[in-house]
Amino acid sequence: MNLKPETFQRIDEVITHYPVKRSATLPLLHLIQEDAGYISEEAITWIAAKLELQPINVLEVVTFYPMFRRAPIGRRHIKVCRTLSCALSGGYKTCETFEKEFCTHRGEISPDGEVTVEFVECLASCGTAPVVLIDETLHEKVDVTKAKQLSDQIKAEAKARK
Amino acid sequence: MSAPAQQRIIFKHIDEPGYTNDIECYLRNGGYEVLKKSVGRKPEELIDEVKKSGLRGRGGAGFPCGVKWGLVDRKSGKPIYLIVNADESEPGTFKDRYIMHQDPHQLIEGTIISCFANNVKQAYIYIRGEMPEGARILEKAIAEARAKNFVGPNILGTGYSCEIYVHRGAGAYICGEETGLIESLEGKRANPRIKPPYFPAVLGLYQCPTIVNNVETLCHVKYIAEHGGEAYSKIGTPGNTGTRIFCVSGHVQRPGYYEFPAGTITMGQLLNDVCGGPLPGRTFKAVIPGGSSAKVLKFGERYKGKRKVGADMVDYDWGVEDVPMDFDSLAMIGSMGGSGGVIVMDDTVNMVEALANINAFYSHESCGQCTPCREGSLWMKKISSRMVHGDARPQDGALLKSVADQIPGRTICAFGEACSWPTQSFIIKFKDEFDAYSEVKKTLPADRRVLV
Repeated sequence: MNLKPETFQRIDEVITHYPVKRSATLPLLHLIQEDAGYISEEAITWIAAKLELQPINVLEVVTFYPMFRRAPIGRRHIKVCRTLSCALSGGYKTCETFEKEFCTHRGEISPDGEVTVEFVECLASCGTAPVVLIDETLHEKVDVTKAKQLSDQIKAEAKARK
Repeated sequence: MSAPAQQRIIFKHIDEPGYTNDIECYLRNGGYEVLKKSVGRKPEELIDEVKKSGLRGRGGAGFPCGVKWGLVDRKSGKPIYLIVNADESEPGTFKDRYIMHQDPHQLIEGTIISCFANNVKQAYIYIRGEMPEGARILEKAIAEARAKNFVGPNILGTGYSCEIYVHRGAGAYICGEETGLIESLEGKRANPRIKPPYFPAVLGLYQCPTIVNNVETLCHVKYIAEHGGEAYSKIGTPGNTGTRIFCVSGHVQRPGYYEFPAGTITMGQLLNDVCGGPLPGRTFKAVIPGGSSAKVLKFGERYKGKRKVGADMVDYDWGVEDVPMDFDSLAMIGSMGGSGGVIVMDDTVNMVEALANINAFYSHESCGQCTPCREGSLWMKKISSRMVHGDARPQDGALLKSVADQIPGRTICAFGEACSWPTQSFIIKFKDEFDAYSEVKKTLPADRRVLV
């Protein structure tokens, strides 16, 4: 498994939090996904060996939880809340705006590789709807104008990198 | 009658200018003083205080916290675990987020007091995966508390040791169900367990006795340890003690979170006086009072019956605006207080489309282990989405309801009820709208707000 040294360190540390190794399955999946971007076949067998499980025990967890993915995504992950309070405040328009800005479709990587736009279920910030989680940062009251601003920001950052 | 004043005991410091989430700020505001006093008391005494307080769990079911603690198997010789349920995911609910982000030490202090009272040596905070920032804040806060000897070995020199770890979920709503949460914490799919025999108080995490409490509930415990169960029970109304945090979202002027003594505010006061009423030019149509699975209330309908006030039975005749926002009153009129998530819909909302949105949520979140729920939630979604995006038929409402009626009572966990209640209540209360949707749809503006 090709991971950063600090990821290995954090993996060994987190296993000690539990009296039963299997409990570390979710934490390990998070750590590896953060480092490698997605959960590969290799990662599944590696975690299984590390926690003394069968690969199926890890695979069934990966396929159950929506946050784990089996393939790479765009550089930035834009998660738009789809659920009722956000939808009542225009969440679908927000999602559409991101899709248009990056010429992409929900669930796909944009052609420039910069983003993956996705609908997710309730992000528990219904009072400031519609909300959007970009990577690890929550953005509140994201109407069409704000969605465009956020898109411009991402595009500017992409340009600066090139 | 205008609304009573807010009484912020849990949200005291939320949004307070200059209040930060580090331990120094918490200590400046009297933080961990309650813990210092509590570890000098007998654990049984603390449990008694919680029993006396009448505190009911704030996660959704409203189960008395003292009773929950009383059920814990203390004779098995196995370790007792405490899990903080921070998997806040019932649509419409957003209170725990602010506690964890802005006042994490309040939660940690409440947790350690509860652990001490129940002789727990290991606690886990199960936080939903979509709150990575919250998880980081909690981890930092626990490290700060550990450095000051409030968490970890030999707390404050008492010989009592307790560790807290943060455990992140990964986007599954069902992890908020306590036995599903336990499975998830064991590293498995979050398929809820069947009760009996798997009552967490006896056979919980690693088949050991386990207490699962909501974030807000544990903050209330801290308040109770400080002021005593009796003083706490005087806040609110009998049977619905303490304060209640309402999370209001949707079509009101001022959505947000508001903390009131339980049972002292009505729906009308909350929505009109506190939240500023409907948006300009609109009127309220419907409200979901306790998270999206609670049965919808329709403005204009009346609720009649008899209720107990003190020792007497008195008649009540309420409109939606008159209903007191407590567990018992909301249950009496056929809905529930749940997690305190109030979702408001005004006259611009088409109820078929709103239900289709809710159904999409529940079908996405069913864990899939019980057939009635897995198939039922999926078919409710398919039918309601077809009504919106494909051909709607006059008989679809009845079809939807027949699917919904076959789910509750036939599943391992309460998700079966949670996913069928919206469909059942929407169709009973807005039958005309479902019956007429196939025709009405043709006249709806094409550029209307999309809900599904």
